[in-house]
Amino acid sequence: MAKLSLSELHEIRSREERNLKKRDIHGRSVHVVVAMGTSGIDAGAKLTLNTIADDVEKLGLENVIITQTGSAAPNPEPVVEVYSPQSGLVVYGSVDKEAAHRIVSEHLRDGRIVDDLRIEIKTKEQ
Amino acid sequence: MGFRNYILVCGGTGCESSRSDQIYHALIDEAEAQGVADQVQVIKTGCFGFCEQGPIVKILPEDSFYVQVKPEDAKELIAEHVIKGREVTRLLYNKAPRKAYEEVEDIGFYKKQQRIVLRNCGSIDPENIDEYIAAVGYKALEKVLFEMTPDDVIAELKTAGLRGRGGAGFPTWMKWNFTKQENNPVKYVVCNADEGDPGAYMDRSTLEGDPHSVLEAMTICGKTVGAHQGFIYIRAEYPLAIHRLEVAMKQAREYGLLGKDILGSGFDYDIEIRLGAGAFVCGEETALLQSIEGHRGMPKPRPPFPASKGLWGKPTVINNVETWANVAQIINNGGEWFASIGTPDSHGTKVFALTGKICNSGLVEVPMGTTLREIVYDIGGGIAHGKKFKAVQTGGPSGGVITEENLDTPIDFGGLQKIGSMMGSGGMIVMDEDDCIVDVAKFYLNFTVDESCGKCAPCRIGGKSLCNILEKITQGKGEEKDIEQIQQIAHAMRIGSLCALGQTAPNPVLSSLRYFPEEYEAHIVDKKCPSGKCKKLISYEINPSKCIGCTACARKCPVGAISGEVKHPHKINGNVCIKCGVCKETCKFSAIEIH
Repeated sequence: MAKLSLSELHEIRSREERNLKKRDIHGRSVHVVVAMGTSGIDAGAKLTLNTIADDVEKLGLENVIITQTGSAAPNPEPVVEVYSPQSGLVVYGSVDKEAAHRIVSEHLRDGRIVDDLRIEIKTKEQ
Repeated sequence: MGFRNYILVCGGTGCESSRSDQIYHALIDEAEAQGVADQVQVIKTGCFGFCEQGPIVKILPEDSFYVQVKPEDAKELIAEHVIKGREVTRLLYNKAPRKAYEEVEDIGFYKKQQRIVLRNCGSIDPENIDEYIAAVGYKALEKVLFEMTPDDVIAELKTAGLRGRGGAGFPTWMKWNFTKQENNPVKYVVCNADEGDPGAYMDRSTLEGDPHSVLEAMTICGKTVGAHQGFIYIRAEYPLAIHRLEVAMKQAREYGLLGKDILGSGFDYDIEIRLGAGAFVCGEETALLQSIEGHRGMPKPRPPFPASKGLWGKPTVINNVETWANVAQIINNGGEWFASIGTPDSHGTKVFALTGKICNSGLVEVPMGTTLREIVYDIGGGIAHGKKFKAVQTGGPSGGVITEENLDTPIDFGGLQKIGSMMGSGGMIVMDEDDCIVDVAKFYLNFTVDESCGKCAPCRIGGKSLCNILEKITQGKGEEKDIEQIQQIAHAMRIGSLCALGQTAPNPVLSSLRYFPEEYEAHIVDKKCPSGKCKKLISYEINPSKCIGCTACARKCPVGAISGEVKHPHKINGNVCIKCGVCKETCKFSAIEIH
């Protein structure tokens, strides 16, 4: 009796393939950057990051890469930047859990910029 | 919840010797201590290849390439990179953080490389069979067991044009076909992992980083030629590779990918490991088979070839590690895909261990046809310490030197042979202006003389005689007739030796004679060593116009050969000097010269 049948091998492969794919970062065009400075974390950026990451995984959006950066002060944190070749750079402010859900489903999945969450970037000099 | 960051830590022998194992555990402990254990996965992978900069740690998804990491850095990597999302610039290879939104781009060392054999090295955990399966592992075996006939497999290998990577470049499909055609119920499959060239570690890294690729290929071969037992012959001084192989075999057996009735196909196949004691000659296939059988590792005359009469007299396919590592890829992607890579003479890629006087030493895999210049300068980053390039030795002790004029020769089996060297297993040792070509030839000859099994006279006596002549030349006792004698002995060894060890042993001498005749002449006629390596032919002298009489050299000289008064130029007594070079290293005014 064979220990592993062909279909069981396929099962392992498709399950593990998904995990391995997450490590392959070549050719991903949509970048999401969450500002995770001290003030950002204080404003709830950790929850924002986790929400976005979980949603991206749930929806199986394979071309999205999520990274973190330092503080985005003095903007209304948590701040999330989304860059894609189609929409260019878009910055969102005050991104709570609810807003994070919307950014993933509307912008990342459907390609529509979430206008009411969008902010203009202020640099420290201003 | 999924992981946010993946930390890949190099688990090759090179990096492990610089404490990468401690780095791996420190990262896991720190992630735990700082409360992010559920967000990061730390994975120990095979060799990244960029050994010069090891230990290497790569963090995804940022693709941050951290080099020369120490276990003490784990805390900062977790606190800064993982928690705050800030790259630790001081540890980055290019010392500058990646610009956001930029497409991930490979660093220079990897740009011209194409990884087929090393495809999984540095990206998967070699001790986890699931990761290999995810990386299209065991799919080729599936195909061979259920969809292809043995003839299909051989036809695919023929289309691919895969040639043996152990050095000689014999077509792999022919070997398999010979064994397949033998009418014998017992046949064997052997993996030659007895890598012995000085400076070569391609096979070790492949086995350490991706052991399943070899197991899968050997099983495919078993099914194709009708064998049910495989052996991996590996030297005992590769403990990590052996460990990874043992883990891989255990996991494969648990899944039934080795053993009885593989995947319900009815095909039985298993593999055993045989340890070699490190004799170089056991890399020669007939000697290797003798050693597996428990005899002293000595070559036998061929024919009969192992394909018809090999292990215990049974038909045996024997291939090198790198050859095996190509097989599953060819079955998965098709022979035509493989044939489209490389040159008409040699298809696919070749892995080289780039070492010596080079900036980026490490493991590189390039398509056949890449020029040596690209490997040395674009990938290798040129000669270390701003010195001048002199030559590259390819093919180890069986190969020869390649000089500046041939740097643009595309590397393939035929191309290297034409310029008097050979592909060999893939060692590539770079020499600079400070290396003496006669000394290098002597080094390789000493190696083959040491490793000769002594069975046949041409190799045993010829090698020793050549060695004596070279010794004489480097001692300043060379005569003009020596060159002619070298040619004669070399010729006799080539035609008279039993195996490739003796047949190719004179190559380093012949090729260096061909490209650097003036250097031999300088040794023999002028009694000078132009690169200042051969101690008997040089003398250390102090240039009185540069010496300020600081006495630093005199105090350092271990034999008290330097004398002189303070603030007056010193002198070296040539009769006492042992030419250790300490004075030259000590002098801050470059006053000490080699003549």
